[in-house]
Amino acid sequence: MTAPLIRVENLKVEYRSSSGSVTAIPDLSFEVAPGESLGIVGESGCGKSTLLMAIMGHLGPSGAATGRVLFDGKDIAKASPAELRAVRSGGIAMVYQDPNAALNPTLKIGRQLVEVPMLRPGVPLADAKRLAEGMLANVHLPDAASVMERFPHQLSGGQKQRVVIAMALLANPRLLLLDEPTTGLDVTVEAAVLDLVDELRQTYGTSLIYITHNVGVVAQVCDRVGVMYLGDLVEEAPVEALFAQPRHPYTRRLMACVPRLDGDKHTTSFMPIPGQPSSLRDRPPGCPFSPRCVGFTPGLCNHTVPVEDIGPNHRVRCFRHRESPLFEPAAQEIVAPAEPSAELVLEAKGLSKIYRLGGSFFGAQRRAELSANEDLNFAAKKSEIVAIVGESGSGKSTFARILAGLQDATSGKLVVLGSDLANTTASERTSEQLSAVQMVFQNPDATLNPSHSAGFPIARALKKFKVTRGGKETQSRVAELFEMVRLAPSLMRVRPARLSGGQKQRVAIARAFAAAPDILVADEPVSALDVSVQAAIVNLLLQIQKTKGTTIVFISHDLALVRHLADQVIVMYLGKVMESGPVSSLFAPPFHPYTEALLSAVPVPDPTAEQRHVRLSGETPSPINVPKGCRFASRCPRKVGTICDEVPPPERKGEAGHMILCHIPLDELAAIAPILQHKPSERAPA
Amino acid sequence: MASTDAPSDVTALGRPELPAPPEVMPDAVAASLTALAAPTAPGAPVAALGTKPPNLLRRLPTSPIAMVGLALIGTWVVLAVLAPVLPLDDPNRQDFLSLGNPVPSAKHWLGVDIKGRDILSRLIHGARTVLTVAPFAAICAYLVGMPLGLLAGYYGGKVDLVVSRLSDIILAFPIIILYVILISQIGPSFWNIVLAVILTAGPGIGRIVRGLTLEQRHLDYVAAAQLRKESDLYVMAVELLPNCRGPLITDFCLRVGYTIITIGILGFLGLGLPPPDPDWGTMVKEGTTLISVHPHMSLFPAIAIVSLVLGFNLVADGVRELSLTD
Amino acid sequence: MITFIGKRLLGLVGTLLIASFLVFAVTEFSPGNVARKTLGPFAAQESVDLLYQKLHLNDSLPVRYVRWLGVLTGVIADPLQDPALKLDFKDPRGDRYFGNFGYSTLYKLPVNDVIWNRLGNTALLAGISFALIVPLSLIFGVLAGMREGSFLDRTISVFGIVATSIPEFASGVFLVAIFVVALRLLPGTSPLTTGGGGWSLASQFVLPVAVLVLYDSGYVVRMVRGSTAEVMSKPYIRTAILKGLSFKTVVWRHAVRNAMIAPFTVILLQINFLISGVVVTEMVFAYPGFGRMLLEASLFGDIALIEAATLVALAVATTTQLLSDLGYALLNPQIRVG
Ligand SMILES: Nc1ncnc2c1ncn2[C@@H]1O[C@H](COP(=O)(O)OP(=O)(O)OP(=O)(O)O)[C@@H](O)[C@H]1O
Ligand code: SF4
Ligand code: SF4
Ligand SMILES: [Mg+2]
Repeated sequence: MTAPLIRVENLKVEYRSSSGSVTAIPDLSFEVAPGESLGIVGESGCGKSTLLMAIMGHLGPSGAATGRVLFDGKDIAKASPAELRAVRSGGIAMVYQDPNAALNPTLKIGRQLVEVPMLRPGVPLADAKRLAEGMLANVHLPDAASVMERFPHQLSGGQKQRVVIAMALLANPRLLLLDEPTTGLDVTVEAAVLDLVDELRQTYGTSLIYITHNVGVVAQVCDRVGVMYLGDLVEEAPVEALFAQPRHPYTRRLMACVPRLDGDKHTTSFMPIPGQPSSLRDRPPGCPFSPRCVGFTPGLCNHTVPVEDIGPNHRVRCFRHRESPLFEPAAQEIVAPAEPSAELVLEAKGLSKIYRLGGSFFGAQRRAELSANEDLNFAAKKSEIVAIVGESGSGKSTFARILAGLQDATSGKLVVLGSDLANTTASERTSEQLSAVQMVFQNPDATLNPSHSAGFPIARALKKFKVTRGGKETQSRVAELFEMVRLAPSLMRVRPARLSGGQKQRVAIARAFAAAPDILVADEPVSALDVSVQAAIVNLLLQIQKTKGTTIVFISHDLALVRHLADQVIVMYLGKVMESGPVSSLFAPPFHPYTEALLSAVPVPDPTAEQRHVRLSGETPSPINVPKGCRFASRCPRKVGTICDEVPPPERKGEAGHMILCHIPLDELAAIAPILQHKPSERAPA
Repeated sequence: MASTDAPSDVTALGRPELPAPPEVMPDAVAASLTALAAPTAPGAPVAALGTKPPNLLRRLPTSPIAMVGLALIGTWVVLAVLAPVLPLDDPNRQDFLSLGNPVPSAKHWLGVDIKGRDILSRLIHGARTVLTVAPFAAICAYLVGMPLGLLAGYYGGKVDLVVSRLSDIILAFPIIILYVILISQIGPSFWNIVLAVILTAGPGIGRIVRGLTLEQRHLDYVAAAQLRKESDLYVMAVELLPNCRGPLITDFCLRVGYTIITIGILGFLGLGLPPPDPDWGTMVKEGTTLISVHPHMSLFPAIAIVSLVLGFNLVADGVRELSLTD
Repeated sequence: MITFIGKRLLGLVGTLLIASFLVFAVTEFSPGNVARKTLGPFAAQESVDLLYQKLHLNDSLPVRYVRWLGVLTGVIADPLQDPALKLDFKDPRGDRYFGNFGYSTLYKLPVNDVIWNRLGNTALLAGISFALIVPLSLIFGVLAGMREGSFLDRTISVFGIVATSIPEFASGVFLVAIFVVALRLLPGTSPLTTGGGGWSLASQFVLPVAVLVLYDSGYVVRMVRGSTAEVMSKPYIRTAILKGLSFKTVVWRHAVRNAMIAPFTVILLQINFLISGVVVTEMVFAYPGFGRMLLEASLFGDIALIEAATLVALAVATTTQLLSDLGYALLNPQIRVG
């Protein structure tokens, strides 16, 4: 290996606060070669961002780092402020997680870009402008000159991220740090940004440190991967080796939590990691993973674990990583899913929702119509899981809210257990109707009232729905519900601030089931959670559903997850159903062109898989005053002509209730090659 | 401003959510300003209300600033409560013998005023009035302003329009001018001052509560409450109001402080509580006639007012800081 | 934009109408007969009765309010100028013109002859103070907020709290005790005449301005500081720092403008607050301004003058509100059209 571009040696980072100091990173070493791309995966709070900030020398007033960060042979941990500025403006640049927040809202894009090259001596404004414009073109922003003149809020999320990337590249960095650059972007946009990162790497030969929680993304853009847990790099390996043969118990379990496009609930089960990460305050002695590890051996694992070289570039920190069978899934962890019965519980017929928007500030905009749901048709059986997928703005949540009664529909029917509730909001529904449909929300931080204990809303629901009478009975029922969602009943009295995201979502599920609903509407219930927590919640939902026979309307933007748990899938785009049908029919041709693009955008956690690239131009257009033809026409790569712009496409019916809304006939669509070429033999776990 | 994908934002498009103007209570606005000025994306803003309140008051001792403030307030409260049993002069007895040399002495620790009355005794007895009127008036203003803010914020639409417009009109008045016109016409008395405080502070409180309510209205826990058929009243009182307490405690302290200032100003302008009750503002006013010879006559009551107001402002700042950190 | 301003101006007029009606209603509570007050205690009962009739004092409140509006807009004549009353009230502008605020019974002069002069004095005092408050607060607020928790920050913050705890009449007393009584450096009153003590006009402004600046800048400093500190913790500031810009450039180019957005509204609305402070300050220093006039008018029950003063004060306040909304939109590109 050539001399490393950056080498981190025994890095230790502490944060001080009034209530003592915590160690975010105890002792970390790694290196990156010139032109190499290192991915670092880990779940939230494991210290990924801290690591980047330590490299950048910007830990803030409360953070302090020791150890060495050798960039190009020079220790930048000890650099003077001026030297540090020089490194930042010409050696290491960074791309941030949230492009909306990373750009100054009151300065024009051009202004923010030109200041980067102008930090180099002898670059006049005119040259800087030229460089900036050129770079905007390099990141494929159309019409660079006009982008220069715009404010950040006049760009979409994906465009902003391209601007941020351009800004980083203008410094001619030799090392680019990317902190979750695609989290929060829609999958199709994410895919395009990842392509861009890949392409720029080829052209500029920049080294990357790419931080993410998404194992699939790492498989796509990195040469080497480090797995981080509680501030430690527990495993480090070339990307193929890591995916083919994860060795550390944490890596193994993490991989088994990742939903895949080629497995469903009948064939595979997630293996969630028991417990939750220790807090930084009570880091366990020795192996950081020990409290959650099946292989924990007292007297061994509570000693400092050495780094062990086990292959070319493959390092592990575990005493027992060789004992593979130990870490195989136990039989009782496999969830047997429920089977849908024939009884229909929910039916939407021509359901539509139109928002009428008032004028905006300064009356610049006249009344407009936003059609959030148009002509929704589907039916759900008892014990069935119907998944609704789509990117942001596709109207998924609108439907969820109509179903739950938080909003009324504009037209159409929504038959729930025999009665039409399309225009009956929660306050008008009877207790029976209300308890029949309950909801779990997306944001764990908003789902519970910070002023009330975790058990409070559940007790309240039991009382309002007259499930229990009197305090004693209610309390014991709340405790039962807590046990059902695998929470210690003692947490009943705890305020939400002391619960983790996953725990909050469990409470929310318990709250929903307090009313013994026939239908559960789950609006992205796991999107805000780490993948291992997500796996646990999904397993939990499947288990509860099996015992209660609940119908679940599961809303998600994650196709792999939907593939895992749904019986029936509905793909929405701009308020309209593009494709629907049984889960098996959706993930194989014939595809709707939009579904095809979505599938090809999913980051596949398998570096050996061949994924066909279908990329959409631009982003989801505004749902206001949509075109009268096909809603997907402006981005469709298979558009057949002006007919798509002008004539609404027909519903093409396939087998077993499969429906595709497109002008292209089914047999033509069926002839399209599948997105993924499976190579199952290479994916067998070691 | 394009309104594309977030329908729940629709109602917010009309007008930028400007911070409440400072017509009433400058710092009260500061407390709510960050909350109000930030555009509220649905689902995002919990952090602003998030985790702080439960043990806010229990954590108060960790804030040195708040403790200094509490000490100042506490001293005055103790003195005021003990006034009847302290060995003090009758606050209205005129000691003509001391008038010749009214400066502080062993007999009159803080001297006597222009009429020969013991300043210390008048200050302590005056504290009784001020410490009753100001908090009481502020509480009354809260009892009026809070429900209005909740209604306007929760229902929005027409209710909001009516409530907000009415309060805008009152808030447009420079506050002292409003006080002067009001009190000069209806006369200074305990209840009239309470009335004036309700009228002037109520809309400001309403506006803060409205902002905090708007922030929460679309949060999921409110939806969850609606899904179990809670009444609107319940949602407002049990789900929304408790989360407003951080900013409201801060605002309350500031408001009491400002009410003390206002009562002082009224006294100073000759619109103070009618004699014989000793009134700090009136004492400052009376003292100014002799300020070139005996400045202590107005200095001491001025210091009294400042110390008490400072106490409330410090506590407010301590609470605000606590509610911002963890 | 035009429609926006138009709407706001309409709202402004509405506010003025409702507010003036409220003030009209409040003066109802004033004890005593307006006619008697106007004519003084020694006037004959007949003249009082005549005036009572002329002023239509037994009409209902709304009717009298509309009549007052009529006089203001020049639709009807000012009844007090009727020679039959033998009051000798004579407005050189005539008894019927637009903007006729009527006759001040307190000063026995047309309101228009009293009020503008006083308003000018007040505007001068407020203007000088404002011109000091804004730059001082901005400088110190940004200095404190750019390094949160530093010694400078703590000092400025504490100063801010203390300053907002000292009402104008108290700081007036303190400053007079020090600079007038003890040091004899400055005049204790500001009558704006150079007779008497022989103090220059400039010296008469020092203390009133100091009092106003002290109280109001305490508040604005804290505002600016809070806003700056918040902006400094924003991710885009981190972006700017990690670009390799110097701290000075980061603060100046990236933080200041964003930090101004929130305080901007407050600073302009501060004018409203300043008007309040001016009333008190004018009393402290016997300054011949608008505030003192209003107080005297209120105590006397001079409705015409109270109404005029209120309208003027409200007009100033609401106009600044409008300006602050516009400025907010200018500072914040996200609100601008297009
Ligand atoms: N300024 C700070 N003061 C104290 N603790 C901090 C600070 N910044 C981060 N931490 C803590 O350090 C740990 C690592 O945080 P970091 O942000 O690096 O994690 P991360 O892996 O990037 O997480 P995420 O995926 O959520 O972005 C967390 O427990 C976090 O709470
Ligand atoms: S060292 Fe022990 S506790 Fe840690 S991962 Fe390996 S087996 Fe598990
Ligand atoms: S109808 Fe046309 S534009 Fe729409 S999906 Fe089919 S091919 Fe594409
Ligand atoms: Mg992070």
